[in-house]
Amino acid sequence: MVSTETGPPTGTGVHSPGRAAVPQRQLRTDRWWLPQLATVTGLLAFIGYSTWRAFEGAHYYAPPYVSPFYSPCLAANCVPVRGGADWTLFGDWWRLSPALLVLIFPLGFRLTCYYYRKAYYRAFWSSPPACAVPEPHTRYTGETRFPLILQNLHRYFFYVAVPFAMILTYDVALGFRNTGGEWGHAGLGSFVLLGNVALIWAYTLSCHSCRHIVGGRLKHFSGHPVRHRLWQFVGRLNVRHMLLAWSSLASVGLTDLYVYLVSSGAFGDPQLF
Amino acid sequence: MTYQAEFRVWRGDSTGGSFESYRVEVHEGEVVLDLVHRLQATQAPDLAVRWNCKAGKCGSCSAEINGRPRLLCMTRMSTLSPDEPVVITPLRAFPVLRDLVTDVSFNYAKAREIPGFIPPAGLGPGEYRMQQEDVERSQEFRKCIECFLCQDTCHVVRDHEENKSVFAGPRFLMRVAELDMHPLDAAAEAGLDRRATAQDVHGLGYCNITKCCTEVCPEQIRITDNALIPLKERVADLKYHPLVWLGSRIGLRRKD
Repeated sequence: MVSTETGPPTGTGVHSPGRAAVPQRQLRTDRWWLPQLATVTGLLAFIGYSTWRAFEGAHYYAPPYVSPFYSPCLAANCVPVRGGADWTLFGDWWRLSPALLVLIFPLGFRLTCYYYRKAYYRAFWSSPPACAVPEPHTRYTGETRFPLILQNLHRYFFYVAVPFAMILTYDVALGFRNTGGEWGHAGLGSFVLLGNVALIWAYTLSCHSCRHIVGGRLKHFSGHPVRHRLWQFVGRLNVRHMLLAWSSLASVGLTDLYVYLVSSGAFGDPQLF
Repeated sequence: MTYQAEFRVWRGDSTGGSFESYRVEVHEGEVVLDLVHRLQATQAPDLAVRWNCKAGKCGSCSAEINGRPRLLCMTRMSTLSPDEPVVITPLRAFPVLRDLVTDVSFNYAKAREIPGFIPPAGLGPGEYRMQQEDVERSQEFRKCIECFLCQDTCHVVRDHEENKSVFAGPRFLMRVAELDMHPLDAAAEAGLDRRATAQDVHGLGYCNITKCCTEVCPEQIRITDNALIPLKERVADLKYHPLVWLGSRIGLRRKD
């Protein structure tokens, strides 16, 4: 701790003229960097795994389970999924992995999500690194300009995320078959897919844009009792948006891993009934 | 249980200053403001500190304790390590006057920039009727004690003095949200679109929703989730959603 007399500050930020002449840029004594480290580790791990799986283009269908990374199929080069959401909108000219056509939508939804914005602004861009810890940038315009003004498109990604969640729900229903295609059977994978889609729905519905659309935009709740109830329901989920963001991210990765392990023969799916 | 704590308090004014170290006796159940008062009574009678209610309701004793914006009266000594010095500085986003007292007039200037509640036409005093579900969102924001900890911690102005002219800060963007959600505010009828001014005049776009304002709020107001993000969504309705914009223009979207 420096205790010698310091003259008036002449710098920027907390050292701007007129402010208290405290030599240290920040004085926090707790481990303020730990959440940011955890965020970087978690997001990089997911990005690394999902990039590998998205470009692999194989082991994404282990009848009756289809990986959430590859559903719906929008290209002609997919492995046919029995009864699955296979729509060859892109024809056979698409030679890359079909996952790339799908993943761009959930990627955009999460990239513009209000929680993830907080997480990566802090952890990757240090804007700010933590509360009351100065950021290293000399200039700041926030989300007023291109490209960050595009964060306002979050609601459009929400609109797309809802049908995607519906398709994944349909995939869960398909998972309650046996390898021969007969209904009324389930393996461990059926419940892996079920847990994943529950978390995906919870994350999607807890979205701040969803909260606004179902009722938040209203000025008078008293004239719209149903929308008020919906807004309250989404609000209760929204309190846990961070938890749901991480748990659904983990579950979608683990579900894909499960399908990969079964498809590649590394693990036999236990049949429950 | 009593123990001797080391306090390092920033002393000085706008021409400069330094940390002064003190050893002071701490009693069970005390808060940091108790210790600052003990310092004034025993060792530093000229130590300047702003305080009033000592109950977390007046918002006067805002300062930074171990680098974190806090109320001196709401920070229990039992939450701080007895083995580590307690470092106290004034709020570091505002000009210092003396010791722990800062000039917070930036906030009053920003408050004046926001047009107040516009009364509805045809209703006199005592004739306002509002449903509870219509006002409870605004009521959360009315808990604000104007301690300005959120304004102090917000990196938009804390780290960028030049943004003070264009950014109202979380407390006053919350005020805009409160009025925009108010069931009887007649701003629209008066030709004032609070969503437009939130973005164009009060600098809502500068907020990157990193939630430090929510973290430091001593009233536990969920500023980011309940005020700033809903306000951003309302701005998106107006500026970034062509279908909503078109619907409101041609009258398909009824007023609510």
